Amino acid sequence: MKDHDARGIPHTTPRQSATFSQDVNSDIRRAAATGIYDIRGGGAKRKVPHFDDLLFMGASISRYPLEGYREACNTAVTLGTRHAENPIELDIPITIAGMSFGALSGPAKEALGRGANAAGTSTTTGDGGMTPEERGHSSKLVYQYLPSRYGMNPDDLRKADAIEIVVGQGAKPGGGGMLLGQKISDRVAEMRNLPKGIDQRSACRHPDWTGPDDLEIKILELREITGWKVPIYVKVAGARPYFDTTLAVKAGADVVVLDGMQGGTAATQDVFIEHVGQPTLACIRPAVQALQDLDMHREVQLVISGGIRSGADVAKAMALGADAVAIGTAALIALGDNDPKWEAEYNALGTTAGAYDDWHEGQDPAGITTQDPELMKRFDPIEGGRRLKNYLKVMTLEAQTIARACGKNDMRNLEPEDLVALTMEAAAMAQVPLAGTSWWPGKDSM
Amino acid sequence: MQSFDLETEGLRALNKTLHAQAETTNQTVWEITNPKGSHAIAVGLDAPIEVNVKGSTGYYCAGMNKQATVHIHGSAGPGTGENMMSGKIIIEGDASQYLGATAHGGLIVVKGNASSRCGISMKGVNIVVQGNIGHMSAFMGQSGNLVVLGDAGDALGDSCYEARFFVRGAVKSLGADCEKKEMRPEHIEFLKDILAEAGMEAKPEEFTRYGSARNLYNFDVDNAGAY
Ligand SMILES: Cc1cc2nc3c(=O)[nH]c(=O)nc-3n(C[C@H](O)[C@H](O)[C@H](O)COP(=O)(O)O)c2cc1C
Repeated sequence: MKDHDARGIPHTTPRQSATFSQDVNSDIRRAAATGIYDIRGGGAKRKVPHFDDLLFMGASISRYPLEGYREACNTAVTLGTRHAENPIELDIPITIAGMSFGALSGPAKEALGRGANAAGTSTTTGDGGMTPEERGHSSKLVYQYLPSRYGMNPDDLRKADAIEIVVGQGAKPGGGGMLLGQKISDRVAEMRNLPKGIDQRSACRHPDWTGPDDLEIKILELREITGWKVPIYVKVAGARPYFDTTLAVKAGADVVVLDGMQGGTAATQDVFIEHVGQPTLACIRPAVQALQDLDMHREVQLVISGGIRSGADVAKAMALGADAVAIGTAALIALGDNDPKWEAEYNALGTTAGAYDDWHEGQDPAGITTQDPELMKRFDPIEGGRRLKNYLKVMTLEAQTIARACGKNDMRNLEPEDLVALTMEAAAMAQVPLAGTSWWPGKDSM
Repeated sequence: MQSFDLETEGLRALNKTLHAQAETTNQTVWEITNPKGSHAIAVGLDAPIEVNVKGSTGYYCAGMNKQATVHIHGSAGPGTGENMMSGKIIIEGDASQYLGATAHGGLIVVKGNASSRCGISMKGVNIVVQGNIGHMSAFMGQSGNLVVLGDAGDALGDSCYEARFFVRGAVKSLGADCEKKEMRPEHIEFLKDILAEAGMEAKPEEFTRYGSARNLYNFDVDNAGAY
């Protein structure tokens, strides 16, 4: 291309629009070609303020550290101490989040159970019900009670070590699910009492209760059915964390699970994932404040999820007041999801390792988010379980390293005062000082 | 017959006692007095016992029932028989919203009317209502049968799957993807049997059958407005 035209007038440099970027334009072309909104798995891909925007200060003259290999730093937590006869005792403060059988294969669910077991933590069922693989391989299994009630039955309910009433998911606060026909095998169809091969919509709202007063009665019913033995968690999306936490506690929850907008999903509309909900970082302090205002912090445990990747993230969530965290996407990656070793196959699907998110289509080269028997064979649940255990161990060691450096002999002694923020936004959300200052936006009004 | 005063003995004691009844119990008939609209009465039962509730109940009576027969001698609150697996519920009076929500099996009989969202997301249960049913009944109904001797409110069977609806009276409106269907001999047979089981007098020939048009089963852009 010449830098001037025939008359000698210079060309301007071709300039891409920030508003109509190539990404945006490809979305428009896709919509124009199909007439259907884009459905995908995973969580928000846009950049939002996150744990990366926080730093620990570590020890100094006024705070002395604990000896790394000598002095104990407790990582165990007990969930569900408020009302349940048998609370859940975890060796590590990292749990496996609810992921549906249907979205994931049977062997993938088995691997999650194996890994969680070996690391001394719990795993969680999901939409679609409890599978024997999962129950058999998980010594601590949380049973999700979802709007669709797919696969829900009182026998499985009574086999659960805890019950999690799902009100919302961070990826789609107020949205239901979608399992496309390609993934509805005979087994999945039978468990959900639906015909094979149809697109299954999961309801977004519970069929037999609405609002906090009903929720209290629903919790009563579940406790009566299970004899007040197991803890009842309430999972909410990062929407209105102060009020949702308050209402869940008032309704009688033993544990509040709070899932921020980066949290993964098996499948929903991209527009939902990217534009509805609040970042995980913005949700924690209001939820903790709600617990403190009710004098229930630590009495009702708070589990945070949505974009937890490392021991540093675990430590930061806990320093802001969480009792534990849950992981979804990171656990799948540990199992082998989006591994570059399948790059040629990702390319054939029009994507690349790391960006593959068409989990709902059931063609996962790694054999994890599929019901195709041939693809499933690629995934070894024993090896997968071992990898997950290793990853959970590393995260725990990392979190302990940080806690010791901050002089804490228990992970839950980490506190906001151990943190500073790198950006104004993170400072405001986490309510910790902007690095180098003693101030955060909104501090004076508190 | 065993009698249990809910007011003096309390809900926990009631459900605990009923849960303790095994398959082989010989204490098969129970009477619960003073229910006074309490919630979660006789939930999670799993034995072939008969429970007579002498009055009206609150939310979720007989929730998740298996095997038992629960007879409510009054009206029933929201979510009665939710997720029932098997057994039978008889309601002498009216039933509030979400009757038999997500229930998988068994039979629910209502002598009066049932409110809105009757049979929501039903997964195999049979429900027979002598009177009328409210709006949005059998929303997302997956399987089972809803039989109504009276009228149905707005949006019957919205977004339903394979559940079947038989209505003798008028249907105010049908929900998305629900349509009128042909009554075949097998449907007449089915109605004869279920009406007899429910102890109700009606001619099967007077009913109209409704069910899924199956247009929303696989996403089609031309139906997008209906989702
Ligand atoms: C494949 C997949 C399936 C999921 N299925 C469910 C589900 O059935 N029920 C639910 O409450 N959350 C479900 N989630 C959300 C997780 O429970 C959790 O909230 C989320 O993954 C946490 O965020 P993270 O993925 O960033 O760790 C699913 C997530 C994924 C990735």
